[in-house]
Amino acid sequence: MTDIPSKLSRRDLMKLSGLGAAALTLPVAAAKPAQAAEKIKTNARIVIIGAGAAGLAAASHLSQRLEGAAIILIDRRKAHYYQPGFTLVAAGLKPESYVTTATADYVRNGVELIEEQAAEIDPDGNKVVTDKGRVVPYDYLIVAAGLHLDYAAIEGMEVDKIGKDGLGGVYASPAAAVATAKAMFEFAEKGGVGLFGRPATEMKCAGAPLKYTFIVDDYLRRSGARGKSEIIYAAQNKTLFSVPIVSEKVRMLFRDRGVKVAYDRVMTAIDLSRKVATFKTPDGVEEIKYDFTNVVPPMRAPDVVRNSPLPWRTGQWATEGWMDVDRGSLRHKRYPNVFGVGDIAGVPKGKTAASVKWQAPVAVDHLIASIEGKTSDAVYTGYTSCPLITQLGRAMLVEFDYENNLTPSFPGVIAPLEELWITWVMKTMALKPTYIAMLRGHA
Amino acid sequence: MKDLDPLVFFYVFREMLGPLLWLLPLLALLGIAGFVYVLMRDGGLVSRRLVISEVVGFFGGFAALALMAWVTLSGFSDAGGPVDWLLVGVIWGVGVIGGAVLSYAVLGLFDRSHAKQGY
Ligand SMILES: Cc1cc2nc3c(=O)[nH]c(=O)nc-3n(C[C@H](O)[C@H](O)[C@H](O)COP(=O)(O)OP(=O)(O)OC[C@H]3O[C@@H](n4cnc5c(N)ncnc54)[C@H](O)[C@@H]3O)c2cc1C
Repeated sequence: MTDIPSKLSRRDLMKLSGLGAAALTLPVAAAKPAQAAEKIKTNARIVIIGAGAAGLAAASHLSQRLEGAAIILIDRRKAHYYQPGFTLVAAGLKPESYVTTATADYVRNGVELIEEQAAEIDPDGNKVVTDKGRVVPYDYLIVAAGLHLDYAAIEGMEVDKIGKDGLGGVYASPAAAVATAKAMFEFAEKGGVGLFGRPATEMKCAGAPLKYTFIVDDYLRRSGARGKSEIIYAAQNKTLFSVPIVSEKVRMLFRDRGVKVAYDRVMTAIDLSRKVATFKTPDGVEEIKYDFTNVVPPMRAPDVVRNSPLPWRTGQWATEGWMDVDRGSLRHKRYPNVFGVGDIAGVPKGKTAASVKWQAPVAVDHLIASIEGKTSDAVYTGYTSCPLITQLGRAMLVEFDYENNLTPSFPGVIAPLEELWITWVMKTMALKPTYIAMLRGHA
Repeated sequence: MKDLDPLVFFYVFREMLGPLLWLLPLLALLGIAGFVYVLMRDGGLVSRRLVISEVVGFFGGFAALALMAWVTLSGFSDAGGPVDWLLVGVIWGVGVIGGAVLSYAVLGLFDRSHAKQGY
């Protein structure tokens, strides 16, 4: 499974096979508030910080609906990462090019891209200052700066060692996902202790650490080394997933696969040469030896937001720096001309690309209503989705909202907590096209 | 879930298939047109050709499944529930019908011996 067929032939086949199956397999999480047939004329200046999933989707929606507005994206990074594909790359199933494209490809005509980093947000003065000292004033601001992977918070962790000595790091970057695959295959041949887990902070795609655990379990089985191996999942609290019914299902699956769960374990340090990770537990600290591990770091808001007046003011979300927005409209609670979309939003669920697809049109609808002096009744319900891979070739489609309700897109057809091939087919075939369509404002 | 916008499906398919979004339906259309033309020209089905095209179709079904397996880095053996078997059936069916219709049309276009007099 390590050899990846040539990019071109894979792509062409991807296209060829579309007709037969895809009709059944497209995710539904794709609807938008009714689009005004006629564009709204305005000379408003709308600045968007971050040209990732949320920033690009918001810019595309705005440019589709407005005429005459200045829509300005600020982001230094030229590459665009399709992050939901990182897991497949780290599983050795897709090449790095599968997840790396260019931001500029998704910037619509009429949208300006400033390739600089936002260094300061001044919501009282309605302006953003970039790292180059450029002052960008705005009438409306959408913050879509994603989140910061805080590897430095884990003592001894070195991102550039990912891929060596059994150290994996699926989240870090496309290159790190490739390096992780290499270390994982070495481990899968020999067997040993595989150590997995997640941080105690809010995180993007909380299913991803679980998926990778299942994938490594499957590779160990395929190589025949599962019998002499141990897989440990260190959960940050007493659950395996924030949605109780999903947590229970994962508990049963882990039991079925022989994955040992250590609850209330949060990684605080790692000794890369001794291959020992240190965890904070309710009773103190504990060391766990590993032969392979996937380090998922604590996550927090990027400094530009943390050092601004925009985060929550009390509680864990204040410490982590997530934006204090209304959970239904994503409008900032104290600065009504500011919105927070995507991972940066301090809302109870979300932090997936699937959530972005629902959040961006809602925030844009409220913003445009403000321009028109109207109000909008568009609501983001907390929709979050995660095709939870449970073995190579099967996944569970997990979709839920703020209230921990399951919100299946295909009720009665694709059962939410069932391990199915169709969900895997969806993940490998339809998810990226849906994501790209979202960036272009078409989904 | 909110209402489903068919336009969204169109855009997703466009991202997935690129130019094949138009070429594949075109191929299907050509196949059907060719089939109908040969049928009318011959004044009915030619049983020998039908048998060959059915055999081609049979393998076409498996080819479709193999293609799907390669593209999704998995296979029908991963099927885990009723909807998966339905999907396997649909993929196989598309391969069978596509293969049979196309091969019947192609064979017919090359083999004029059964053409009705004066046609
Ligand atoms: C391993 C992994 C697996 C995942 N799996 C899934 C999945 O299966 N399904 C799913 O739906 N989602 C998944 N996700 C989550 C999904 O990728 C994110 O939720 C989504 O990308 C969030 O979009 P965003 O725009 O908020 O952040 P991003 O897409 O990360 O974009 C943030 C952008 O902001 C820019 N930025 C940061 N700071 C600044 C600054 N100061 N000034 C200017 N620009 C700045 C960055 O350069 C970046 O371009 C996964 C993520 C990972 C890492």
